[in-house]
Amino acid sequence: MAHSQQEVLAGLAELVNDETGITADAVQMDKSFTDDLDIDSISMMTIVVNAEDKFGVKIPDEEVKNLITVADAVNFITENQD
Amino acid sequence: MKQLKESAPVAHSRIYALGAARGSNIVTNDEIAGPIDSSDEWIRQRTGVITRVRAPENQSLMDLAVEASKEAIEASGIDPAEIGAVILATISFPYQTPSGASLLSELVGAHSAAAYDISAACAGYCYGIAQADAMVRSGLAKYVLVVGAEKLSDFLSPTDRTISFLLGDGAGAAIVGPSDHPGIAQTVWGADGANWDKVGMTDSILDFRDGKAQWPTLVQEGQPVFRWAVWEMSKVAKQALEAAGIEASDLSALVTHQANMRIIDEFVKQLALPESVVVARDIAETGNTSAASIPLAMHRLLKENQVQPGGYALQIGFGAGLAFAAQVVELP
Repeated sequence: MAHSQQEVLAGLAELVNDETGITADAVQMDKSFTDDLDIDSISMMTIVVNAEDKFGVKIPDEEVKNLITVADAVNFITENQD
Repeated sequence: MKQLKESAPVAHSRIYALGAARGSNIVTNDEIAGPIDSSDEWIRQRTGVITRVRAPENQSLMDLAVEASKEAIEASGIDPAEIGAVILATISFPYQTPSGASLLSELVGAHSAAAYDISAACAGYCYGIAQADAMVRSGLAKYVLVVGAEKLSDFLSPTDRTISFLLGDGAGAAIVGPSDHPGIAQTVWGADGANWDKVGMTDSILDFRDGKAQWPTLVQEGQPVFRWAVWEMSKVAKQALEAAGIEASDLSALVTHQANMRIIDEFVKQLALPESVVVARDIAETGNTSAASIPLAMHRLLKENQVQPGGYALQIGFGAGLAFAAQVVELP
């Protein structure tokens, strides 16, 4: 079943929290993973792989570097769900 | 027509003993943090590395390999003249030819042994153990000396933020020989050539010769390699357990290639290892020594009595190629 943008944001915020301890409500659409949330490349990849499982989506390696903001990730996942 | 005579097989093989040698300089994070605009805290948090060992100019790859090999030979109690093959896994021996193994065999008294190097990067030692197991069981060699040896400090860039700051120098050696029970389980191995360029050198030595490039140094694409090393390699680890006919709970130890502590941590999570399994974390003090990292890490576990001889260890190497190999072995 496809998830809404709001559901993807909430689910992604949970994954960010699991990996980094950052509170879920800090994960807002306009935040940059690196600059605002201080998430490093290894944590980012862990979040990506867990998001693939959670949302049934494939996020290729070459796409990961384009996921600058939370909105980039939410939009990619929403548009590429099974 | 006469029938051809084959070598006489033996039933089983095992690792008799290990040897280890580490670069004699202990290099702290503070010493290398400047050129990569980093700090001790940043490096510890992101990689788990506290120090790495590096060989000074007067300590060569061959010096490390000989030291480790002699310890393994002595501890195994065999006559080096009975070693039938010497396999050196390395990516940093500074001659294209002849092989480092050929010189090593001479220096350790394995005078007439077959000798060759293998280039499988961080998977090299496990490739070597797979070959040694096959040689011993087929009767091709009575004893095989397998060595992973690296002087990676000759091939790193102080300003590289992808891998250089993790790297160390060292050698780990194993003697493999015949056994009355299975001591090396079936190897699961392979290579993913589609990702040939994900870990490797900045340039070829021909580009360097022609003035088109600086001295080639090691480099990697961290994110894809991390994904592969954890989520693909944990599948390979599970296959190796299945191939050995045992469960994770039967293991005494997990000895992965010591690439990055966070790979090891995530790996343990993916395998859902019981707490009884000791996890090798030699990277914290030794750094990433490529082909040497697995025997060095296993040697430390045994020396520190964290594990006992006779227990089972799952060892898995993975790296440039992207080459990988995993097998369960009985701890020597």
